[in-house]
Amino acid sequence: MVVNPPLRLEVVGITKRFPGVLANDHVSFAVKPGEIHALLGENGAGKSTLVKMIYGIMQPDEGEIRWNGQPIVVANPRAARKLGIGMVFQHFSLFEALTVLENIALGMDAKIPQRQLEAKIREVMATYGLTLDPHRIVSTLSVGERQRIEIVRALLLNPRLLIMDEPTSVLTPQEVEQLFDVLRLLAKQGCAILYISHKLHEIKALCETATILRGGRVVDTCDPRQETSRSMAEKMIGAGLKDVTKPASRTIGREKLVVNRLSVPAAGHFGVALRDITFNVRAGEIFGIAGVAGNGQNELLLALDGEEIGDDAGAITLDGERIGRCSAKERRLRGLSTVPEERNGHAAVPEFSLSDNSILTGRDRLGMVFSGLIKPGVAHEYTGKVISTFAVKATGAAATAGSLSGGNLQKYIMGREILQNPKVLVVSQPTWGVDAGAAAAIHQAIVDLAVAGSAIVVISQDLDELLALSDTLAVINGGRLSKPMNIADVTIEELGLLMGGIHGEAGHPADKEPVHAA
Amino acid sequence: MSIDFIIAVIITVVGASTPILFAGLGELVTEKAGVLNLGVEGMMLIGAIAAFATVDLTGNPWLAVVVAAAAGAAASMIFAVLTLSLSANQVATGLALTIFGGGLSTLIGQGFTGRAIHTFDTIFPDALAKDPIGRVFFSYSPLVYFSFIMVALVAWFLRGTRAGLILRAVGENDLSAHSIGYSVIGVRYAAVAFGGAMAGIGGATFPLVLTPLWAEGLTGGRGWIAIALVVFAGWRPVWLLAGAYFFGLLGTFELYAKASGASWTSVLPSEAWAALPYLATVVVLAIISASKRAGGNAPACLGKPFLPTT
Amino acid sequence: MRLKLEKRAEPSRFMLYASPIGAVLVTMIVGAIIFSVIGYDGLGAVYQVFIAPVTTSYKWQDVALKASPLILIGVGLAVGNRAAIWNIGAEGQYVVGGLAGTGVGLLTQNFTGPWILPTMLVAGFIGGAAWGAIPAGLKTRFSVNETLSSLMMTYVAIHLMNYLVTGPWKDPSGYSFPQTPLVTADQTMPIIIPGTQVHLGVLLTLIIAVGVWVLMSRSVFGFQVRVVGSAPNAARHGGFSQKQTVWLVFLLSGGLAGLAGIFEVTGPFQQMSLGFPQNYGFTAIIVAFLGRLNPIGVIIAGIVLAITYVGGDMAQSALQLPNASKGIFQAMMLFFLLASDILVRYRLRFVSRTPAPAPSPSRSAA
Repeated sequence: MVVNPPLRLEVVGITKRFPGVLANDHVSFAVKPGEIHALLGENGAGKSTLVKMIYGIMQPDEGEIRWNGQPIVVANPRAARKLGIGMVFQHFSLFEALTVLENIALGMDAKIPQRQLEAKIREVMATYGLTLDPHRIVSTLSVGERQRIEIVRALLLNPRLLIMDEPTSVLTPQEVEQLFDVLRLLAKQGCAILYISHKLHEIKALCETATILRGGRVVDTCDPRQETSRSMAEKMIGAGLKDVTKPASRTIGREKLVVNRLSVPAAGHFGVALRDITFNVRAGEIFGIAGVAGNGQNELLLALDGEEIGDDAGAITLDGERIGRCSAKERRLRGLSTVPEERNGHAAVPEFSLSDNSILTGRDRLGMVFSGLIKPGVAHEYTGKVISTFAVKATGAAATAGSLSGGNLQKYIMGREILQNPKVLVVSQPTWGVDAGAAAAIHQAIVDLAVAGSAIVVISQDLDELLALSDTLAVINGGRLSKPMNIADVTIEELGLLMGGIHGEAGHPADKEPVHAA
Repeated sequence: MSIDFIIAVIITVVGASTPILFAGLGELVTEKAGVLNLGVEGMMLIGAIAAFATVDLTGNPWLAVVVAAAAGAAASMIFAVLTLSLSANQVATGLALTIFGGGLSTLIGQGFTGRAIHTFDTIFPDALAKDPIGRVFFSYSPLVYFSFIMVALVAWFLRGTRAGLILRAVGENDLSAHSIGYSVIGVRYAAVAFGGAMAGIGGATFPLVLTPLWAEGLTGGRGWIAIALVVFAGWRPVWLLAGAYFFGLLGTFELYAKASGASWTSVLPSEAWAALPYLATVVVLAIISASKRAGGNAPACLGKPFLPTT
Repeated sequence: MRLKLEKRAEPSRFMLYASPIGAVLVTMIVGAIIFSVIGYDGLGAVYQVFIAPVTTSYKWQDVALKASPLILIGVGLAVGNRAAIWNIGAEGQYVVGGLAGTGVGLLTQNFTGPWILPTMLVAGFIGGAAWGAIPAGLKTRFSVNETLSSLMMTYVAIHLMNYLVTGPWKDPSGYSFPQTPLVTADQTMPIIIPGTQVHLGVLLTLIIAVGVWVLMSRSVFGFQVRVVGSAPNAARHGGFSQKQTVWLVFLLSGGLAGLAGIFEVTGPFQQMSLGFPQNYGFTAIIVAFLGRLNPIGVIIAGIVLAITYVGGDMAQSALQLPNASKGIFQAMMLFFLLASDILVRYRLRFVSRTPAPAPSPSRSAA
């Protein structure tokens, strides 16, 4: 190279305000052609806002975006694509009821006849070693295959800059490797890649530059290959990392929750059937369930907490009592508490006050009801206790759940269940979309509850979280649960294979093939 | 039953089916874009009075169709502004539109009660419609043929055009469509307007094709049947055509019950025949809704307000 | 400068209660303009429809009589809408309630005793609840959309009524008018304000409305209804059954509509006739919304809508304004209320346009 080519993308002093929040505060960084550049930060650090402005979904309040050295205004995503900016979203912008081909056509600005488009798709897939049937309906595809649609859609535009927003959160380790191969090939051909993540080991493996965001500001730009995961994590989080204290000498007691061959048929079109789920959790034990999203985690939680009631009373036993046919209310009265993944609209009602949300799950165990009438005073007092014990930032028990930030709402929900002293607590994605401070507090609360003698099930997609918390770990895939493994004997490799299990190449979710190694 | 009788039945059924076919097609497109407009009955009434008044004043039934479509579309814009721009509840707003259409059409119709209008002449030469078979094919109002054309057009639009693909995408996943860069609200305004125009024409069918007299509330709940029809058809235009004719057939029993007292219809009182289309709608809805496939066809965003997160 | 909507952190209580009042006021203003434009005395129309019934004291009893069924039905619908269950077939449930009570009345014509009227009222409630049970059963068993089924059943109810009133139940000594025999003295609602037609049903309506208010604001049932309406998944999580809620809501709202029907039969109407359906079931939908789905609010909204009923009649005789105009006023109230709803969750802000972030114009890299 004789002359330095101009920078592909330069972001200078970008600021974006939302009511009450400064999402981006004079953010600046640059990406060279052919560079894989990480944008690193916690949830809420302002990464998504930033790339939305680069892709034209939002407009900055201040600052400038330069493209190949020229200042530009990206009016909308269409303009971005015209420039050569492609984006693969974290939450796929796919249309379930439409075919792969139709989905890709929708993402193209140029009107291309379907047959020509199909030929182009096949060409791109051959170039990058991707496989996908253009005529499949999206709802029948696995998560990895769906992401491939997004990638193909972006690649068809011959992007000069590809933005990947948290692309691996739903992939198995093996699928992640395949994705990285594609990205490296793309970069070699001169495409710049902006890779957004909070997964440090991935960034170390893939990226040559990392811009670290915290609280909407750039705190550092570094070469991740030169950094340790811990040093980057500290920059990302600010204060030194606080480790969860897990007392080594915990007394694991007798079996609290026993699940024996629990099977639930699939609900509706897109549901996953649970098949022969078997595991048990003892007092003081934290039982982790890993898995890629959409493999039956949600269904398992619903089956455990009684929102779906099966036919077999003996499938679930709590403290020796068969509760498989008990209603949610009866299970809760017996000491089984659950925290579903979705905070808004499932674990809590956003329009309701925190006090009313306490009534939702605590009314019977905590004496909030007297002969059919509600005692608001009791609920109010209990909610106040949850707020103060778990340091929930809220204006009080009368604040609506919807007015709380994700992390604070999650702390409230965890607190609401934990202060009811459950014998068994089942939690799904306890720290999903939660800031690091709140996540640490939630992890500590889970451990403390286990120490106090409750049996705990943690369902999570975050392997780091599970490896830190669990005593025993199993993997759910296609509605089946693997054999539980002692945390000391688990390898990431093995977990990855179990998680990928049936979701190999174009695997149909209904297939029952055994695990095959890649 | 003589051949003449059967032909007479067919001709009556075709007439009775046309209003719900038009209105149902419009609602189908609206729903495909993810909007549930329950104001069909109101828009039909507004279309009906607009058409009646236009013919009464100008004598031109063609113009009446255009005015009815415009009136229906205009009425639908009240709904669109409330639900799309102000994100009001779609069910409540649709009900308000139905109440409004009922009031407005009655108010305007006050001056036309008891007046008769002259509507379309047949478009084919009378010679073609002389023998019974010819009558089945060539004796209808132009609006009837237009309804067939619209079925084909809507089916082609939804399946075979890019605009149709975008419309379906908006109804399927509004947030994704928005993030790709399509104007969700814009597409939905257009779909609601089309629904309104078609409901307006459906309403116009009553004075222009069925009875050239004004009567208060002359649609008699056909707008609601049209909405049920969309569910029945699983959001597919060709099935909608079949469904409209089925309900049209049920609706004609009452006429025969009233017209010929001594016939087979006398096994039931005429009120029972009159109630039949509504009962049948309920039964058909139960059968359709019970099978899981129907639910799977419904646009995923149907009835949900679009709230972009920015 | 331009207008911008900004989401409020908490819904505005003030707007929640102010917007219905605003909707009525805006309806009066816009209504006056519209009716002037189409050639009527706009101000006079608004005066007759909204003001005259209030300032004319002998019309108060008419307002009370019209308000009673609107409130009774509206309270039931308010409960349903809270649960996001759309019973729009209250008109049919009202008719069937009237029919069921009348049926008991026909059987008891030759009896006397204080038990007859209560029996008819119970029959009215059961009749309405039974008609409401049809869409409830269809929804819980076959997941049929209740909006369509409840409305379809209204048409069926009206045809059923037409059949009975013109056929088997026709008053044999009624000169072949399509109507049932008049109710007997023991089947008649007692008058509670002497010299007027204000009957016991009006008082019962108020008592029931207050009772439902207590139920909704203090009881677990009220909580259940609100959760199911706001967040169905959270309701399941909290151990509330969606199906049970659908049943309870339809039985209650159908029953109250049926009760309103038999109140009308034993009160103002004294019989069933072809003119029995008065659109109360549909107008009550507006009442429920205008009353903010709160039973106390429904009482106020019921009175407002009753005023427009009475005022519509007054405008007809005073200004030859067609009776249908009241429907337009009523629908407009609902439109403006729904339009103002957004102000509960958002605030209007004037913001200055932000300057373009970059000095140079957009450039496309072709």
